[in-house]
Amino acid sequence: MIVLNALVQGVLLGGLFAMAALGLSIAFGVLRVVNLAHGEIMTVGAYLAYLSLSSFGLNVWVSLLIVVPAMGFVGYWVQRLLLQRALRLSELAPLLVTFGLAIMIPNALVEVFTNDKKPLPTGDLAVQSITIVDGITIGVLPLLTLVVAVALIAGMQLFLARTQMGRYMRAAADDSDTLRLMGIDYRKVYAFAMALAFGIAALAGVFFGIRQGGVTPFDGQLTVLFAFEAVIIGGLGSLWGTLAGGIVLGIAHSLAGQISPDLPLLVGNLVFLAILVFRPTGIVRSKVAA
Amino acid sequence: MPLIHAQSISAGYGDSRAISDVILTLQNGELLALVGANGAGKSTLLRVIAGAHRPTAGTVSFKDSDISRLTDFQRNKLGISLVPEGRRLFASMTVIENLIVGAGSGRAGAWNVESVVETLPMLKPLLKRNASRLSGGQQQAVSIGRALMSNPEVLLLDEVSLGLAPIIIDELYESLSVVRQSGLGIILVEQDLARTIAVADRIMCLLEGHVVLEGKSGDLTHDQITDAYFGHSIGSFSEPDLTTEEGVQA
Repeated sequence: MIVLNALVQGVLLGGLFAMAALGLSIAFGVLRVVNLAHGEIMTVGAYLAYLSLSSFGLNVWVSLLIVVPAMGFVGYWVQRLLLQRALRLSELAPLLVTFGLAIMIPNALVEVFTNDKKPLPTGDLAVQSITIVDGITIGVLPLLTLVVAVALIAGMQLFLARTQMGRYMRAAADDSDTLRLMGIDYRKVYAFAMALAFGIAALAGVFFGIRQGGVTPFDGQLTVLFAFEAVIIGGLGSLWGTLAGGIVLGIAHSLAGQISPDLPLLVGNLVFLAILVFRPTGIVRSKVAA
Repeated sequence: MPLIHAQSISAGYGDSRAISDVILTLQNGELLALVGANGAGKSTLLRVIAGAHRPTAGTVSFKDSDISRLTDFQRNKLGISLVPEGRRLFASMTVIENLIVGAGSGRAGAWNVESVVETLPMLKPLLKRNASRLSGGQQQAVSIGRALMSNPEVLLLDEVSLGLAPIIIDELYESLSVVRQSGLGIILVEQDLARTIAVADRIMCLLEGHVVLEGKSGDLTHDQITDAYFGHSIGSFSEPDLTTEEGVQA
């Protein structure tokens, strides 16, 4: 029963990892940009939620109505003004730009908010749970996180399949040069994709902050690792693969945590390395980008 | 007023020059064929007109407006559509999705999914099939249909028949004859000389980036075009003398 419980908790944790990885998967799938600042974007999202709480007295969930669109707006213009220009220089230039952002953002956050953990309270929700059977209890918040992650991925799949912008994003992932010949301003498509990536990253950052009882400036350095591992384990370019990757990583963390609280990070990294060695294309094969 | 006027175009890749000082004019409703051996600069010229390749010199005008500074997607919105060499379909998408993306410019006109399928009937049973699972001929039909979806006034066709079976080529050319009836101007790059002479209003022959022969297709003989194609002196076709030093080098 202990192992079964650990598996269930791992699946729930996987929802959080998958949510964190989704924005990264979109940015890479459509733009072929490896966003090294993805974790920091999550952290900024969590700090924006904290600001909404502390300045306007909003609760965390209502703050998402501000945080997600605001970060989407930032993502749009970061792509248009910064990354698009870098893309013109070379394929590696955006990587360096995001590396620079990953260094600058947490240090700026320290200056503004100090190193103290800033709380993201959700009231009773953080401790509420449902007992499925004797020995297996599901936390409401982790369950909500998994449900939101699955809904986001399903929604994103529908968006990519059914909307004109979604089709443009898939076409850009296939062949951006040819998309230009169709009369499409690819820069807007790229910027929209980055807006989605930033908005979802901010949402994931808030969920991470809630789970950890608050946010600190350097949280992104760890969360970006989970996000990268989930994307690679799942298979680059597959959204459902990202969910699968998140769940595999979550189960690895959860099972390892049963042995020792020091082990989850190490075992998660070992699973990631094993996938890279034995199945480098990831556990879900897909040619469909994002 | 010509549809397209390319003036003194030079273009290349790095230090290598692909076309030099080329002048090209396309009239409304005209089919201009560009012929020449591999590397003559035909595809480069088409890509320059489409805005997909930046020339080192020269200007391109569309209906007397200078469009030299416009990007490829801006030129498509004006009505210039390129069917690129190698088809370049969106491989993860279905045929109908490829067609819908082709209408991205938002230009109004007679071409839509129904009229494209009517003109290219081989697409009808394939609309929901993934583009990566099509034969070469089917892919070419999708590529042409996708270009038509933007309701162009100028259609640039690069190597329509390359690598395709003759029966498929016949079918595609039959469809193109229907496309021509809509009155748009076409610039066609084609390796098949006999077919080119049969369909083109005018022929322009490129050799090593230079225009070496140009005229109405009815006014040019097959020999004249062949001579220009292979770089023999115009009007006096003779096999190159391979015994001379120049001949061996050539």
